[in-house]
Amino acid sequence: MIKSLEIPQYNDEIVKKFTIAAVFWAIVGFLAGLYIALQMAFPGLNFEPYLTFGRLRPLHTSAVIFAFGGNVLFATSYFVVQRTCTTRLWGDGLANFTFWGYQAFIVMAALGYVFGVTQGKEYAEPEWYADLWLAIVWVVYLVVFLMTLSKRKEPHIYVANWFFLAFIVTVAVLHIVNGISVPVSLTSLKSYPLWGGVQNALIQWWYGHNAVGFFLTAGFLGIMYYFVPKRANRPVYSYRLSIIHFWSLIFIYIWAGPHHLHYTALPDWAQTLGMTFSIILWMPSWGGMINGLMTLSGAWHKLREDPVLKFMIISLAFYGMSTFEGPIMAIKEVNALSHYTEWTIGHVHSGALGWVAFISFGAIYHLVPVLWKKKELYSLKLVNMHLWIATIGIVFYISAMWIAGVMQGLMWRSYDSLGFLEYSFVETVMAMHPFYIIRALGGVLFLGGALIMVYNIWKTIMVDKESTQVE
Amino acid sequence: MLNHKKLEKNSILLLIFTVIAISIGGLVEIVPLFRLETTIEPVKGIRPYTPLELAGQDIYIREGCYGCHSQQIRPLRDEVERYGHYSLAAESMYDHPFQWGSKRTGPDLARVGGKYSDSWHVGHMIDPQEYVPESIMPRYSTMAKRDAKLDDIAAHMTALKVVGVPYTDAMIENAYSDAMAQAHEGNSDSEAGLMERYGNNTNIRDFDGKEGVVSELDAIIAYLQVLGTMAELKDYDPDVLTKDASLE
Repeated sequence: MIKSLEIPQYNDEIVKKFTIAAVFWAIVGFLAGLYIALQMAFPGLNFEPYLTFGRLRPLHTSAVIFAFGGNVLFATSYFVVQRTCTTRLWGDGLANFTFWGYQAFIVMAALGYVFGVTQGKEYAEPEWYADLWLAIVWVVYLVVFLMTLSKRKEPHIYVANWFFLAFIVTVAVLHIVNGISVPVSLTSLKSYPLWGGVQNALIQWWYGHNAVGFFLTAGFLGIMYYFVPKRANRPVYSYRLSIIHFWSLIFIYIWAGPHHLHYTALPDWAQTLGMTFSIILWMPSWGGMINGLMTLSGAWHKLREDPVLKFMIISLAFYGMSTFEGPIMAIKEVNALSHYTEWTIGHVHSGALGWVAFISFGAIYHLVPVLWKKKELYSLKLVNMHLWIATIGIVFYISAMWIAGVMQGLMWRSYDSLGFLEYSFVETVMAMHPFYIIRALGGVLFLGGALIMVYNIWKTIMVDKESTQVE
Repeated sequence: MLNHKKLEKNSILLLIFTVIAISIGGLVEIVPLFRLETTIEPVKGIRPYTPLELAGQDIYIREGCYGCHSQQIRPLRDEVERYGHYSLAAESMYDHPFQWGSKRTGPDLARVGGKYSDSWHVGHMIDPQEYVPESIMPRYSTMAKRDAKLDDIAAHMTALKVVGVPYTDAMIENAYSDAMAQAHEGNSDSEAGLMERYGNNTNIRDFDGKEGVVSELDAIIAYLQVLGTMAELKDYDPDVLTKDASLE
């Protein structure tokens, strides 16, 4: 079986492109987030018609989820599938197409939002032409990934690739089913979704929740299953747990969508089903967290000296925390308080900043020296600085939103001694003001940390080059 | 566990099993919702939006209003007291997409129709802080200056008809004149036609108070003023769904 001892020529150029794009869009997305956070604290920052909160909010969510997160997933999946299959990525041209096609999708979507072209479905705002284009790019992505798997030199498909595969195929299904719509005309930017009313609500949150489950979870678990063992130089803690984790996670996640629609006009049976599966989902989520954390068994000392590994481990801790908070918020009685409030925003960001962004930062810091063939990063000290500034930023953000959200929920339902509602709506808006400011401060810190990363990566790529030129 | 090796060694098999695993939950939850008689309660009064209201909803979506305003009142004591009767599935059956929202940075709008005067809305849209000093809503004063886009509103209604909104041929044919009539820019004949097609309760007035133009403000206020007002809630029996089910 020692047929191919030579290392194949990996296609790292494509991984480099996606890595650079990920870092670029991270800054754009964080900036947009900071700006809309400031708009909530200081409404004078809204400039109609293009720069209002309503138009910029989808710009922020799409930039961080699809542009930053998406490019990280492309970069890491293309990197990991080559290394774990010991083969070059299939189809150089098509892989390149996925890069430019995906960036084109992002630009199309973003321009649309600012100019008021939107389908108006959260996390699925792009209009029909952008949706169609993305569907094509995505199918090519699936083909490139599958073809690479099929020409692998290793007999087994590594666990990280199961997650990447599930992420790619499920996102395709979600995107297509949720996106079916009828354009006003072939030259019109506007379309109307096929689904309406209550069916639309459930399909949209089946999509929306599984965008979290498969885009922001399964995909990033693929990253975790490769980069944590790699960085810790240990095998994955438990192979059996990987299998159980994978199948239970993908099977159960898909049911959880209706918890976004508690106490609405959605039939009760669907709400109860969604709540039940959301609670069950806690188990596979923590199974994955445990499998990741325990991979460090016998290598915990590495956390002391390796800030890149620290990013990954803290991300797993945040993953554990938000996947515990999620099921609690999915309980109808808790949801009665938390729904429609800032608590949800806090929950989302503990997952998005703590889990998704941190595991991404860890992977990017690991990738850059490998891709650009440098011995190490320009500065581990700066990585450490990024880590702590960003962590403090997250703590500011989520604690402000927790307090704000719970307060908001309690104020809405508060009665005075005469049996009247105690607060007018605008009084609850006023109460949010200090928390909006603290949240924005958290955003400043998180963005600041990311800018340190940009500098560090820039230096890693460039400075070494200068020094070798001198030699 | 032993057999898992088969999946690990065959990417297509792995793909197929994955698709099966992710399909079950969605199918079980979504497909039964299309049995409309158990999902959408019968309530009188629900009609498709008039052309002008539809143009207003298009603006509502364009501006991302749903990011801060929900349109879904839950059957909780304080919400019913603050906003009115809890929302029924039937009330959003012609919304493509649904506008239930998921955040209340501002108040729920499911029953905002008729709560404020047109002139309040006009002033509030142009400068929210003048009416509610502590409000954090952006200004939408450009809507007052811009004409509502009504030239292709019939095409919008045709697309909605394709996805299941019961617009009649007469509604589509008269879309433009109906929109003008609702903003009080038509004659008495066209107003009669509008009422014939959309009911006698249709709001017909110059919403933005400016004669001679149908502005975006006209459209969005026409939309806001009809929200939550269509259903005849007095005759609504909340047990109707369970009764129907027990009869079967």
